[in-house]
Amino acid sequence: MSNNDALLEVENLCVEFGDRRGAVRAVDRISFEVEPGRTLGIVGESGCGKSTTSLAIMGLLPRPAGRITAGAIRLSGTELAGLPENRMRRIRGAEMSMIFQEPMTALNPVYTIGAQMSAVVRRHAGLSRRAARRRALEMLERVGIPLAQRRLAEYPHELSGGMRQRVMIAMALSCRPRLLIADEPTTALDVTTQAQVLEQIKALQRDFDTAVVLITHDLGVVAETCDEVVVMYCGRMVERAPVEALFSAPRHRYTEGLIQAIPKIRTRRLTRLPVVPGSVPDLSELPPGCCFAARCAHADTHCLRRQPALERMGPSRVACFHPADAEPVR
Amino acid sequence: MTERMLEVHALARHFSVRGGILPRRRPVLRAVDGVSFEVGRGQTFGLVGESGCGKSTLGRSILRLLEPTRGRVVLDGAEITGLDSAALKRQRKDMQMIFQDPFASLSPRRTVRQMLQEPLALHVPGSPARRVARVRELLDIVGLGQSALDRYPHEFSGGQRQRIGIARALAVEPKLVVADEPVSALDVSVQSQVLNLLADLQTEFGLSFVFISHDLAVVQHISHFIGVMYLGKLVETAPVDRIYAMPAHPYTRALLDAVPVAGGTRRIRRRALDGEPPSPLNPPGGCPFHTRCPEAMPICSRRVPRTIELEEHGRSHQVRCHLHDPDISQ
Repeated sequence: MSNNDALLEVENLCVEFGDRRGAVRAVDRISFEVEPGRTLGIVGESGCGKSTTSLAIMGLLPRPAGRITAGAIRLSGTELAGLPENRMRRIRGAEMSMIFQEPMTALNPVYTIGAQMSAVVRRHAGLSRRAARRRALEMLERVGIPLAQRRLAEYPHELSGGMRQRVMIAMALSCRPRLLIADEPTTALDVTTQAQVLEQIKALQRDFDTAVVLITHDLGVVAETCDEVVVMYCGRMVERAPVEALFSAPRHRYTEGLIQAIPKIRTRRLTRLPVVPGSVPDLSELPPGCCFAARCAHADTHCLRRQPALERMGPSRVACFHPADAEPVR
Repeated sequence: MTERMLEVHALARHFSVRGGILPRRRPVLRAVDGVSFEVGRGQTFGLVGESGCGKSTLGRSILRLLEPTRGRVVLDGAEITGLDSAALKRQRKDMQMIFQDPFASLSPRRTVRQMLQEPLALHVPGSPARRVARVRELLDIVGLGQSALDRYPHEFSGGQRQRIGIARALAVEPKLVVADEPVSALDVSVQSQVLNLLADLQTEFGLSFVFISHDLAVVQHISHFIGVMYLGKLVETAPVDRIYAMPAHPYTRALLDAVPVAGGTRRIRRRALDGEPPSPLNPPGGCPFHTRCPEAMPICSRRVPRTIELEEHGRSHQVRCHLHDPDISQ
């Protein structure tokens, strides 16, 4: 199934870690597409494979431990899986870039902000030294950094967390990539800063028609920024739906449980919060059937034995033998 | 009014900051600057604010894990501040702490049995056999099986480790527990399990909590009273139902506006607060929030607002803002 409008197509992607004796499948047959100007959210809890998926797309899986064992990743038709590193390096930065949760790990502490930003555009966009400097300044201003000229001469440690994340966004978008992967971009930020940073990403996306893949555990952020959502659990895609459908009519029991369990500000306090019982199973000891069965109130023996396939249900796709019907959840 | 368990009077904790060439002129960081509040028996005081506002320093100063610079702390009628170290050690039994990262606060080389017996051996007289019985009882209380006894922290998931942290805090039957971001590091589906557990334990043992969090939704669920902190000061304190329905301080309102909402009406444009909190080393004069306040008046940069009581039905609601000062705003 090829979508002509899609910028990024991921098809049946599988990623494994470890050697033959003890391989763990961290990503198991994930498929999605993203069109220019659209945002796809990948949500799930720690260990669900959402970050691994993004690293696989960027060609940044830790080697030799992690490898793509099956599937395809196409960026405007070009197959990325298996591409040699020198070609990958040209695509990264110019056509797709990534921002991480902790910008300090991606910024070099011994170079000024200006030097790092200029290096990126000179290398990937082929700008002259002076033009690169101008582009860096322009990008810093666009992401709302006050006194941008002065910031160019500063080092990463002189900036606050929110500022650093904005520098990362400015840097990631300075070469006008067609795809931006944002891995928990606001998780380390305070709520008031988080709102500002999300606004910035959205504004730049509108201006440049960038496709965005947003990796997050925060369903609130998903609701406010995404067009489509993939829900992952134990490396598998359990549900994929347009964002309205996901929140108004979650189909998979895990999605339903997650939405109910998010602590939210309520007009009347509950005496008890709804919970998803138990915890996420170990990837090396996955059950033969549905990986959520052990925590699911609707599971029967069928669920324990067989893996449900992804099937269409209205606008959604869901891998569940007993999906929720169209009633909205509270 | 419920019986008072904890009283905090004008508590302050200042740090002198190293730096600069002249060693004599060390700048002073007022991390906690004149904070007063009370917590009733069996009640929870939720302390919210952004990173760097001083909420963790306040929590630690209450327990004298950090020595307060000024002010008084009274626990169940007994003054904690001013106790010598031997007396403080005896008093520790009554006040315990739960940390954000349970893995960092649990020794990797000791089994659950050893970790839970240690506080008992220090504080609770009794035979070794009775101690073992108590450890078993504690595991039941926090919902961990007896099989946990001889296992090490790394063998548990995040949620289970936090249960061990809770069991250790409860071992000595404290009157007050300060919980510093106890669920922030946990996955959504596990967060609500731990919150429900804390609420159950409070009911069962009549515990008083100071619950520190950056997450307004989490704090709402667990708290009876809320205090909002900004740059070392409490800017608003009120009963939980009141502060969420009728926030009085512009900062509280901004915090509430910034929380992303999952589901329902999506893409409501959040009124993002401009800028970031100023450095606590160099707080602005007048009201500390005036540099970011959408409703700032000329007087706000000149005069520090006094505490205004907006009492309703005998329930205290205090706010430090000129907008509510009848002498200033007409």
